[in-house]
Amino acid sequence: MAARTRYAPDRGLTARMTATMFLLGLVFVGFIAAIIGIGAATHASDAAIVLFAIVLGGGFAIGSLFYSDKIALSTARAVEVSPNDGERARYLHGIVDRVCALADMPKPRVAIAPSPIPNAFATGRNADKAVLCVTDSIMNKLEPEELEGVIAHELSHVAHKDVQVMTIASFLAIIAALLIRISFYGELFGGGGRGRGGNNNGGGAYIFFILMAVSIVVYAISFLLIRLLSRYRELAADRSGALLTGQPSALKSALIKVTGDMAKIPTRDLRTAEPLNAFFFAPAMHLSAPGGGKSLSAIFSTHPSLERRLAELDKVQRQLSQGR
Amino acid sequence: MGFLDTLLGRTKPVQPKLDDLFALPSAAITLEAGSTFKPTGSGSVCFRQVEGRSFSDVQKEVEDLLDMSSGKEGGLPVEVTKDTYGFTWLVSSHMSDQLDALVTDLHAVNSSLVDAGFGPQLLCTLVAFRDDQERRLALIYLYKRGTFYPFAPLDGERRNNALELEIKTTIGDDLKWEQDLTRWFPVWGAPGL
Repeated sequence: MAARTRYAPDRGLTARMTATMFLLGLVFVGFIAAIIGIGAATHASDAAIVLFAIVLGGGFAIGSLFYSDKIALSTARAVEVSPNDGERARYLHGIVDRVCALADMPKPRVAIAPSPIPNAFATGRNADKAVLCVTDSIMNKLEPEELEGVIAHELSHVAHKDVQVMTIASFLAIIAALLIRISFYGELFGGGGRGRGGNNNGGGAYIFFILMAVSIVVYAISFLLIRLLSRYRELAADRSGALLTGQPSALKSALIKVTGDMAKIPTRDLRTAEPLNAFFFAPAMHLSAPGGGKSLSAIFSTHPSLERRLAELDKVQRQLSQGR
Repeated sequence: MGFLDTLLGRTKPVQPKLDDLFALPSAAITLEAGSTFKPTGSGSVCFRQVEGRSFSDVQKEVEDLLDMSSGKEGGLPVEVTKDTYGFTWLVSSHMSDQLDALVTDLHAVNSSLVDAGFGPQLLCTLVAFRDDQERRLALIYLYKRGTFYPFAPLDGERRNNALELEIKTTIGDDLKWEQDLTRWFPVWGAPGL
């Protein structure tokens, strides 16, 4: 059927995303196995530290999942608007209404943030609690079709449940980071002070060292994998957004306008935007050093390069214009 | 959308539901019996244009098709307009008592787009009504939901919510209504209204 081929999923992207998640799962399993191994080699009080880290890390993850919308909105100093709050709010709501009707998804809350950085983000733990936020400068800068492309991209993040997926993916890194910290202090203070009876104190410090080494390795690998996953999910959202509006070129020109401008923004403003980076339409922070550091910044960045995103949207464009 | 599709970030555009559109003529009769609202004979289909030759070919085909059908009975040619949000509206006009013919026209647009694989681009269809006090009313069909909602604009981009709810009750079960009120989005200045 014609309808099926025109909107076929991108197999390459699907395969790469599956591989990334599989690797992340593998690291997770390896990490658990290492912890159990360490726990078995030592006495129960050290295993309790690991349990403590998992509970604390889980608490962080659940907290950030449940309050992601409030945290993001207050960090961006965004104000929720209704359609009756003036011309701009009505215009924005008009676009969101139409994109939601096309996609058959519940309408998110809509907010506008005062910021010189042209950007947009969507957050919230599910489609019913989602909130879509655009900065006022992106509204000034983009034509209606381009803004619609950006909103379709953000709503694709909501439809893909990216907040949930990324929170779960980050869970491992959070635990590893906590364990690094705990075992570091354990090494400092645990070795001398906690000796009781016949326990060999030197062995305890040794265990802490291994725990820290394993955690550092796990943290480094999972950090890179999370960033990779984030880049794939950006590409997936670009793709779904462009297919939804049928206008990949409008999204491309929006990307060029937004990323072109972002490079010129001074660092002071960028630092305040940093915690929200993973949910932004375009990254607000650039790691690329002038000159050599390009490939390194590509590995660490939450968003794919502009060239990559444009190339992927070219594919969508060809797909949409193919004959019957 | 399935769990795997969510996990892998591959939402597919939603295909439209077309069948419930044919409930309109009988609902219009119920509406005429319960109020003074009558169809004006004009209706429109709103869709999102896709860039590229393939879509413009289909659009041209649809326009030719509608022009041919309206030419027969002294109808007006189809009108094409673009709104401020970049959506395209095809407006078809008939005599006010030919609601069946109008719905058939609207359905021709839908099925042409769906056949060409552009079904996901359909946004809504609108059929205009007017009462003896010249109040405007539209019944809007949401393709992705397969549901209707009323839209009664007033001057200055305000809407008459009381009238909309009244119309919903008057027509009652003849139409499948959109139950989620947040999806009753306004279409200010829609062509054909």
